[in-house]
Order: sequence, then structure tokens, then C-alpha cells
Amino acid sequence: MSNTSSGAASFLKTSVKQPYIWAIAALVLLLIINLIKDPTYLGISVNAVTGDLSGNLIDILRASAPIMMIAVGMTLVIATRGIDLSVGSVMAVSGAVSMEFMHDAGDGSLGSALMAIALALGISAFLGLINGVLVSIVGLQPFITTLIMMLAGRGLAKVITSGQNTSASNEFFRWIANGTVLGFPVVFVIGAVIVALVALLVRRSALGLMIESIGINPKAARMAGIRPVGLLIFVYILSAVLAGVAGIFSTASVMTVEVAKTGFSSEMDAILAVVIGGTSLAGGKFSLTGSVIGALLIATLDKTIVFLAIPSSATPAFKAIVIVAICLLQSQRVRALFSQRRARTSTPRKEAVSA
Amino acid sequence: MAATEPIVEMTDISIEFPGVKALQNVQLRLYPGEVHTLMGENGAGKSTLIKALTGVYKIDSGSILVSGGPRQFSGTADAQSAGISTVYQEVNLCDNLTVGENVMLGNEIRGAFGINWKKTHEAAHEALVGLGLGDLDPRQPLSSISLALQQLVAISRAMVAKSKVLILDEPTSSLDANEVEGLFTVMRRLRDQGVAILFVSHFLDQVYAISDRLTVLRNGEFVGEHLTRDLGRSQLISLMIGKDFDTLASLGSNRRRDARESGEQPFYSATDLGRKGSIEPVDIAVYPGEVVGLAGLLGSGRTELGRLMYGADRPDTGEVTIGGKSAEVHSPVAGLATRIAFSTENRRDEGIVGDLTVRENLILAVQARRGWARPLSKREQKELCDKYLVELNVRPSDPERPIKNLSGGNQQKVLLGRWLATKPELLILDEPTRGIDIGAKAEIQEAIATLAEDGMSVVFISSELEEVVRLSERIVVLKDHRKIGEIINGPDITADTIVDLIASDGAEAQGVEAFEPEPAAFAAEGSTN
Repeated sequence: MSNTSSGAASFLKTSVKQPYIWAIAALVLLLIINLIKDPTYLGISVNAVTGDLSGNLIDILRASAPIMMIAVGMTLVIATRGIDLSVGSVMAVSGAVSMEFMHDAGDGSLGSALMAIALALGISAFLGLINGVLVSIVGLQPFITTLIMMLAGRGLAKVITSGQNTSASNEFFRWIANGTVLGFPVVFVIGAVIVALVALLVRRSALGLMIESIGINPKAARMAGIRPVGLLIFVYILSAVLAGVAGIFSTASVMTVEVAKTGFSSEMDAILAVVIGGTSLAGGKFSLTGSVIGALLIATLDKTIVFLAIPSSATPAFKAIVIVAICLLQSQRVRALFSQRRARTSTPRKEAVSA
Repeated sequence: MAATEPIVEMTDISIEFPGVKALQNVQLRLYPGEVHTLMGENGAGKSTLIKALTGVYKIDSGSILVSGGPRQFSGTADAQSAGISTVYQEVNLCDNLTVGENVMLGNEIRGAFGINWKKTHEAAHEALVGLGLGDLDPRQPLSSISLALQQLVAISRAMVAKSKVLILDEPTSSLDANEVEGLFTVMRRLRDQGVAILFVSHFLDQVYAISDRLTVLRNGEFVGEHLTRDLGRSQLISLMIGKDFDTLASLGSNRRRDARESGEQPFYSATDLGRKGSIEPVDIAVYPGEVVGLAGLLGSGRTELGRLMYGADRPDTGEVTIGGKSAEVHSPVAGLATRIAFSTENRRDEGIVGDLTVRENLILAVQARRGWARPLSKREQKELCDKYLVELNVRPSDPERPIKNLSGGNQQKVLLGRWLATKPELLILDEPTRGIDIGAKAEIQEAIATLAEDGMSVVFISSELEEVVRLSERIVVLKDHRKIGEIINGPDITADTIVDLIASDGAEAQGVEAFEPEPAAFAAEGSTN
């Protein structure tokens, strides 16, 4: 991912072959629709005093940060043939922990903000550890394991705040969500840095290769001496920690945790971002770039729905239509149908190379 | 018995898959009221032939006549509606339904208000009675009965569908002797009702106990059709295994040394290595630079022994000594750590990681040993690829191509490269030459001989006895999940020596007509060691 070295042209060239090309196309299409509605939609203005950038595109970047976090974690989990349904609830837990801590500390200091973040991420990691252990050592289904964690996590968040929507005030914490760095929203910058770090970690070490191996063919990976347990625990912890970060992002903007709403159905956004990005739900090969693009698309879609003033009752349906369309475009069979190739073949694929 | 017209007649059937001729001009005739056995080693084309008959695979040439008329089925369901039912080794029934529901699935008796379950279960009971299974309650869940009974339920289901031809694909491989006897009783009953039964089994004793006629396939080719009573066991084994001396160079004849001088330490030795349900305790030792062959028919335990040595399966019993030190090899990770590598016979499911590239597949085991935090550098990866892709002559030698796009033989070479890259001291090769073309076969054999010369210990497992004899210094012979002997290779040893050893074990005379019931095979414990 982040092909900065080879230049924009070659990046474009390789991108065209990627499955997420359709996500990019949809992204552009949505922006064009918005542009038709309001020709100044894409305008970015610079605040002369602070140097802050503002505009719809900046808003989209800001909104995409939490989705990006959970989508990246989800990508790695899905690559191992798993799924993490608990990310939304972990977001709530993380938000609840940090808000409750800062509320109790009450001093609004940088120290208590950092302490709150550490505590929130620590507890998130612990929840991820439970998921990972249940999946890898106990051998439970990832779907069931994380479904339980999804319910339990939401409950835990309510216990932490005694069912209240706790608010706190802390300048640093608020700055994370609402501040800017070099004109860009802090959340987006932090998000981009974290994504880059994760990408470096999995692609520069052998983690990516091993995760893909156990996702593509767990038996063969085992026979080649790869130990799945540690890898599985790692991906579930990473997914939960990133969900914790997302929880901090989304509570910091309003400085309130809404225990029933924070991160609600975010797991769906994450899974959609992953699928749109071209990582198969069957596991195996994964694309972090694709998932980031998927996250951007979902953020854009959410903004567009608001901008086009689509009634809130119709929002889920509209979202569903767009996503179904993208998934259809990505499907091999539909593409084969479009290119007039015969979809049904009775003989095995003729792809072997002469020996 | 076979005076009538055949109900199924397959003539000159050929099927080609990319890079492999799966079937070449194969014939098969099934007569009503007969049990016909299809014999052949793995990859001989038995399953392909069955799938050609039931329409799962399209035939490239040849003709299929059913009840005298040409037929080409479009799939299992189509074949079934024409009276040809298949019962597979893995029972394809619904665990969560009742016995009766399984028997009647698709043939439920309907009344005015949908399915009449009472009548359906009654009909199921009748069908079960017809097979002598009257004791079985059709209302109990399928999951509560044994695998053997499930198999019989599957057969009942075929009978409800009014099948005239019943195909049993390795039905006995997971049954014990009594259960096999129960199955045979049912099969004889059906045969007497005029059903044509096509039976696939690797157990010679069973073949002689049940079948009237047999067809032998080898490497996708038709070898012959015989009446079982006319064909002796050793004859049958040599038909199955074949002798293709001419096609392969006489490799490794120089490897036939005399016994090891005493005092030398084996690299690997195990006593009482075994696992319940997989292989009975075995003693085995492999010296440095030695090729030990594991010979036996399919299902003899040759693969299971290899897997235990590597740790792919966890042994229940046994003491293992590696390099003079006591070792516990309970997982592939431990196997690799003790410098053992195991190349599986199941290349697709346990070997290649299909979507990854040739390079990634090649470095996988080395990388796994180094751990995730110490990735091989680009340069190291390239060195490994350059070395092994050239040394093993992988074609195409493009390391960035997905391995699934290579032919079987080249995939095998990449996998061999994967294991060699771990610098093993003991290399276990399970069927490294199966299903690959003759050129690649010779290259792999050559590689094995060279490796042993360089001091590596090799355990070589193959269904082709010729190959085992050609390459091995010592041959461990297995039958029915136990070791029945060990042969030190020499000029006098041929594939026939092994065939005789296998055939004479459990049946006193060769080519026996009078067949002793099953338990005899387990009673005789004859080790020539």
C-alpha cells in the first residue's frame, strides 16, 4: 500500500487492475452528483489566520477516520477467514472508559487525557485478546465469538457509565477530533499515520504473508510450520485496539459517549469497507489500500445522503443500493456476463501452464 | 450370471484435464445382478470414471450406453433419475435429519396438506426392511447412528429412488470388519435382486470376498476386465501397479548398498511409533544419506507413518530419537525444528497455498521457521528462488506467478524447493511423483537420488513399487495399518518381492480362491524382519 515511491501515473496504472477500482469510480460518481447539486461542493477554503482547511472534502476526511480504523483491523481479521462483529461495541467501551475517566479526573489536563487514552486502548486490547483466545485456542467460530463480544461489549459500556451518556471536558481530547495539523483534521492525520504503521508492520515483516497463508489454506500453512494461534490472537487484538482508537475519535468530537449509539452498527461499515476494497470474505489475499478507499467511500456516501437531503428513513436503503451495485460490479460472474464471455464452463479452467 | 446385456456400457472413454490425460480409452461394463469392482491405485482414474458415468465430468470422446441407449448425464441428480445412484465415501446425507427423512429425501409421500410424515416414515421403514435393516428406527436422528449404518441408509435411499445401478465409492474405508460384513450382506441381497453394483475399494480381501468381476485401471488407462475368480492376488497387484521400466531411466541403481556397517548412528529412529486408528506401533530408523522406502497399497498406513514422523499428526505412542537425542515431534513446527521436512501427498489441500505466488510458496517454510519478525530480505528471497527454480527446473520460472496456475508437476517441484530451502536432514516425501507427467517424474527422482548422495536422509513413499525399489536402500512394507516387514534392497529385490510379501500376508497361499473371512487378515502377524 501507499505507493508513494513509484509516482502517480504508475499508481493509477496498477490501480486500474485492482478490484477497488469500482470503489474509486463510485467515489468519483458520488462527488460528481454532489457537484451537480452544488457546483461549489468541492471547494476548499483556507482560513487565512489559522491556515485550517475547510470544505466538504475535509469533512469527508474527518468522518472517514474512525471507519478507516475499524476497516483496517477488520481487513486482517477477514484475511484469516474470520470476522470481528464486536468492533462497534469496542468503540463504545473505549469511548465510555475514556469519558468516564476524564469525567472523574475532572481536571481537563493533558495527563488525564493521555491516561484515558491508554486505559481505553488497554481495555480494548483485552477484549480483543478474549476474542483471539476464544477463536484460536478454544476453537469457537469467529462469528459467534465476536457476536457475543458485540453484545457483552455494549453491556460493558453501559456498566462503565452506569447507563448514562457521560460527558467530559478536556481540551487535548477534544483537539484530537476537532483540531487540525497543517490544515488537516487531526483525526485524519492520526488515522493515516496508524494505517501507514499497520501497513508497514504487516507488509515489511512476514505477518502479511503468514496471515494470507492461513487464510488461503490453513492446512498447508500448518504443514509449512506456521503457527496460527499467535497470528489469530494478534489480528483480533489489533482489530480491537483500532476499534478503541475509532471509539476515541468518535466520542472526542462531541466529548460525550452515547452508550447505545456510539459505534452502533459500525461493524457493518467496516465489513462493507473491506468488501468494497476487494478483500474476499472467504479470507486470504487482503488489500489495506482497498479497505481505506472503502472507508472513504462510506464516509462520502454518508455525507452525500445528508447533502442530498434524502429522508433519514430512506438512508439505509439508499446506502444498500449503492453498495449492492459496487459488489455486483466487482463480482467475477457479473463482469464475465458483461464481457459476453460464457459464464458456464463444464471443463476445468484452462489455466495450467505447459509443463 | 452375466448372460444378459450390460446395463451400463462405457466404451473408449477419454477425458483430458489441462496438462493431464485423466482417462484414455477406458472401457467399463456393468451387468445386472453382479458386483463389479473398479481397481487401481490413487490417480488411476477410478473417481474420474465414476464422475464421467454420472455426468459430473464431460467426456471428450467415447460413448456411454445405459440400458442399450446412448446417454450423457448432466450431473448426479440426472443420473439418479435414470436409476444410477452413487454412495460416496464421505456419506452425503443430512446429519440433522432423521434416518427416515434421509431415506425419503426428495421422495417424500405427499398428501392433501403437504408431506404426510407418517406415511413417509412407514415407506422409509419398508425400504430399510428391504435391506434387512428392520431394527433401525426411521425416526431417530441420523447423527445418532454409526457411520456404517449411515452408509447403509445412503444405500436405502438409493433403493427408494429405484436405482438399477448402485455405485459405492470406497464405502468400506472407515468401517470395521463386522460392519463390512453387514455391508456385504446388503450388497449380496441387492445383487440377487438384480441391481448392478460398482464397488470401489482398496482392500484386496474385500474385493475377493464380494466381487464377481473387476476392471483394473492404471494411470488413466484401461488395463483389463477379469472375472475375480480367474485372477490371483499377485496378478491383480501387478496389474494395478504396472511395470513401466522402459519409460524411466534406471536411476539410483548404485544406491543399492549392503547393510549399514554396525556402529553408525541413525539420524532418526523411533520405537513403537503409533497412533490409534491411524497406524499400529512401528519401529523405524533412517540413517544419514539413506533412502528408506515405505511400500504398501493405498490405505496400508504408509502416509500415516510419514505424517507421524513429521508431527503432522500427533503420535499416541512411541519414543523418537533424532540425531542421538530424544525428541518429541508432535507438530509440524516441532518437525521443522528438528530438521525434518514432509512433502504431502495431498498437494492441493495441504501443500500449495494457491493464491500466493511461486516465490511466496517457496519461502513459506523458511519464513515460518525464522518467525514473522525476521522477514527474508528481497535479496534472500531472490537467491532462494533463483537457486531452486533453476535447480529443480520449474517451468515457467517466473517467481511472481500464482502457484495455482502452474501444472501439477511444477507445483510439486516448487513444494520440493520449499522443503529443501529449510535445509532438512530428513526429508519425507509422500507420493512426490503422483499425477505428474513422466518428465517431471524423472527429474524429481533424480533430485531425490542426488540429495541422498549429499547426505540427506530420505523417506520415500510411493504407490509405484518400481519407483520405491529403484530409489530405496531399505524398504519398509506396510499392510492394513501395520508394518509387515522390512527388506534390505539388493539386486534380487524387485517389485514382485514386495507384492509377494503383501499378498502372502493374511492369505496363506498366493492367488487364493477360497477366501477366509475378514478377521484372518488381522490375526496373522507375520514380520519377516
